[in-house]
Amino acid sequence: MSEKTIKLEILRYNPEVDQEPNFGTFEIPYNEAWSLLDALEYIKDELDSSLTYRWSCRMAVCGSCGMVVNGRPQLGCETFLRDSYPNTIRVEPLANFPIEKDLVVDASTFIEKLEAVKPYIIDAVDAMEAEPARKIIPTTKTSLGTFKQTPKEMGLFKQFSMCINCMLCYSACPQMGLNPMFTGPAALAIGHRYNLDSRDHGTDQRTEVIQDKNGVWSCTFVGYCSEVCPKNVDPAAAINQNKAQGAQDWALSFLMPRKGEK
Amino acid sequence: MRRTRLCRCTSGNLSLILPSICPIQKLGHLLFEMSMQIVNADIVIVGAGGAGLRAAIAAAEKNPDLNIALISKVYPMRSHTVAAEGGSAGVVQSHDSLEHHFQDTVAGGDWLCDQDTVDYFVSHSTEEMVRLENWGCPWNRKDDGTVNVRAFGGMKIERTWFAADKSGFHMLHTLYQTSIKYPQIKRFDEYFATDLIVEDGRAQGVVAIEIATGEPKTFLGRSVVFATGGSGRTFRFNTNGAIVTGDGHAMAFRAGAALRDMEFVQYHPTGLPGSGVLMTEGCRGEGGILLNKDGYRYLQDYGLGPETPVGEPKNKYMELGPRDRLSQAFWHEQRKGRTIETPLGDAVHLDLRHLGKEKLMERLPLICSLAKNYLGVDPVTDPVPVRPAVHYTMGGIRANIDGSTGIPGLYVAGECASNGMHGANRLGSNSLAETVVFGKVAGESAVDFASQATQSDEKLLTEQARSHLARIEAMRNANGSEKASHIRHEMVKTMEKTLGIYRIGEEMQQGVDKLAELRERLKNIKVEDKTRVFNTELLLAFELESSLTVAEAMAVGALNRKESRGAHQRLDGFEERDDENFLKHTLTYFNGDAAPRIEYEDVNITRYQPAVRAYGAAGEAEK
Repeated sequence: MSEKTIKLEILRYNPEVDQEPNFGTFEIPYNEAWSLLDALEYIKDELDSSLTYRWSCRMAVCGSCGMVVNGRPQLGCETFLRDSYPNTIRVEPLANFPIEKDLVVDASTFIEKLEAVKPYIIDAVDAMEAEPARKIIPTTKTSLGTFKQTPKEMGLFKQFSMCINCMLCYSACPQMGLNPMFTGPAALAIGHRYNLDSRDHGTDQRTEVIQDKNGVWSCTFVGYCSEVCPKNVDPAAAINQNKAQGAQDWALSFLMPRKGEK
Repeated sequence: MRRTRLCRCTSGNLSLILPSICPIQKLGHLLFEMSMQIVNADIVIVGAGGAGLRAAIAAAEKNPDLNIALISKVYPMRSHTVAAEGGSAGVVQSHDSLEHHFQDTVAGGDWLCDQDTVDYFVSHSTEEMVRLENWGCPWNRKDDGTVNVRAFGGMKIERTWFAADKSGFHMLHTLYQTSIKYPQIKRFDEYFATDLIVEDGRAQGVVAIEIATGEPKTFLGRSVVFATGGSGRTFRFNTNGAIVTGDGHAMAFRAGAALRDMEFVQYHPTGLPGSGVLMTEGCRGEGGILLNKDGYRYLQDYGLGPETPVGEPKNKYMELGPRDRLSQAFWHEQRKGRTIETPLGDAVHLDLRHLGKEKLMERLPLICSLAKNYLGVDPVTDPVPVRPAVHYTMGGIRANIDGSTGIPGLYVAGECASNGMHGANRLGSNSLAETVVFGKVAGESAVDFASQATQSDEKLLTEQARSHLARIEAMRNANGSEKASHIRHEMVKTMEKTLGIYRIGEEMQQGVDKLAELRERLKNIKVEDKTRVFNTELLLAFELESSLTVAEAMAVGALNRKESRGAHQRLDGFEERDDENFLKHTLTYFNGDAAPRIEYEDVNITRYQPAVRAYGAAGEAEK
């Protein structure tokens, strides 16, 4: 190990002990190959076993280790010490969520919002059960039993299916701080993902949440969500597409008793 | 239900956090003494990865009137299924057959597979892949809108369904999101199970810690499913996530279930040096090649040749050989001094450049970004250094086809289970399929069992739960002199050193002795953080306890298997497969502080008799 060191300032908060969060500073050996997670593990193993953070896969796909690094929401596993060295790295929990302990935030409201958009295929049978008056032509199936879906049709939604639920976009979103009821970028993108899926007939059932005042209309299109997204999901685009659709539906509602089927 | 909280701070805005500590929380310990929180369900499922979610959905569909408690130490989408890349096997092509898949799997497992289980698996995996598609899984497609499949190691015909190189991610999110439709599935996210409750000879629940509050809770049900994943974190260099610590293995083991074939640990041939991050076998399925320091495709020297033309991968040849053989070939190359020295250890090159940028972006986007981020290597322009890394636990909690175990009422599925699927070496893309095929089976079996079982007297159950809760408190109050993290460091180094790709009796004995010492020292650890909210130091101590227990079963199983088969290769006079003495499953039983007790049982061979296991041209000649 080299003799170089690097400093980390980490926001610490233990609700059973601390009146309020405070930064703690740790100086650790500098290793060029280390990610921020490696550094946190070193601290937990060697310096302070009470340091608390979430992590698992180390490969930017499980979505556990979102944190704010030098003011920017990032995945700990994709942040490297070499990008900051020799400067001190400042690590905070994701913004716009209650802190449970240290870098761990309470994700339960995010999960509730995600589940509220009905993020699953609502097939023709389920859709007709919900709306008996509606005539739905089921998506064609192959002899194997899979739905027919061309690469082009899949391309419509694929990007929005890449969300790893890391919540960086919620931390980035200024609107989330102003209106905690806002459904938020990731959940709206995932709802949109199903709306765009040729196998799905559930758009109507998602409208209530997506087009609600706490849905897409709470977004002021700052676009920082898409900037911080580690998977290029571009939730801002999903939200904007929904606003356009919502406006069109609103206009159509004056002309037609039911808006046009997609 | 999801999060009952005794106390919560208010807002994310730091300045708004109330400087108050909820008085109830201060009384936490007292409350624990006075009352015990009990969650009553019909079925208790531990683990919400691929297998656990599939089990929960199957149970909800089979009997919508049952209440299912789905407990997981992480949110479902964090489960390690998420990291699986390459794909999931299920026969679809007209020139393929279930028999081919069966034979590939049994031979791939060096005939240690239970053939009735493999038969069940191959004949049910395709329908599960179709079901996932119907639920929204974005499997890659052909232009005509049908599903595409790719080649994979040890598979005679292309049958691996894939969603780029994020197959596990898409399967897991599809299963999680679909599970939301079922109100009977009550999730308990971030609850850490510590013990199985066995009363009247039956599994009837678990004790778990609600991580957010530190409160212990007792979950009671008339049947229990474990879908708790593998135990690869017992080794230093591995592809696994932090959570893969063998908790379920250890809980079942302590409660009397057998761990079977634990000595068979899969080294995946292509992990990134340093981190161990996985470069999917799909790389080779798409045509990637492996080169030593001379730029030579060394696999042809290890019974996998002759060399196939670059860009024309041939099933079961060269880079499409099975994982055990490829990892073993690396070991030999390293001994011969033909590997490449890197600052992060010796490596060989995984060369993907000839696939071209467009194909890499369509088929392998994740590994491209991982190689760039973690090694600074762009697979489009440069070969990627890789080396074998511990990847998968072939063994597990002994189970039958229906998921049942030695403990009535306990069902298991996925990597934690040993139902005879994988034998001595798992083929790539069989494990994702396994999670859903046997997850479904376990969920349905648990419904059947719960429907005819009656719960024991709740007093007896809570009494037992109380003893488990006392164990949690004892761990929290552990005030010895050892540092748990240092014991963990010693464990993973011991496993790497003594249970590597090739093994020697003397070293394995040293490993067994060291693990016994570490288990003893674990009793003398100090848990410094005595607080309750999100106490990960406490959870790490429990995980370490589980890992050490599982590690010992691995080491003892390996030491006593005096032959070489699949992923268990010896260099000390037992270099050959010995069907006469060891065409048998190893069974290990928990034995308190002593090393596990060992038994053996026969392998179920229905129709495919053991033969020479050969690949490449030798494999064709063998037929």
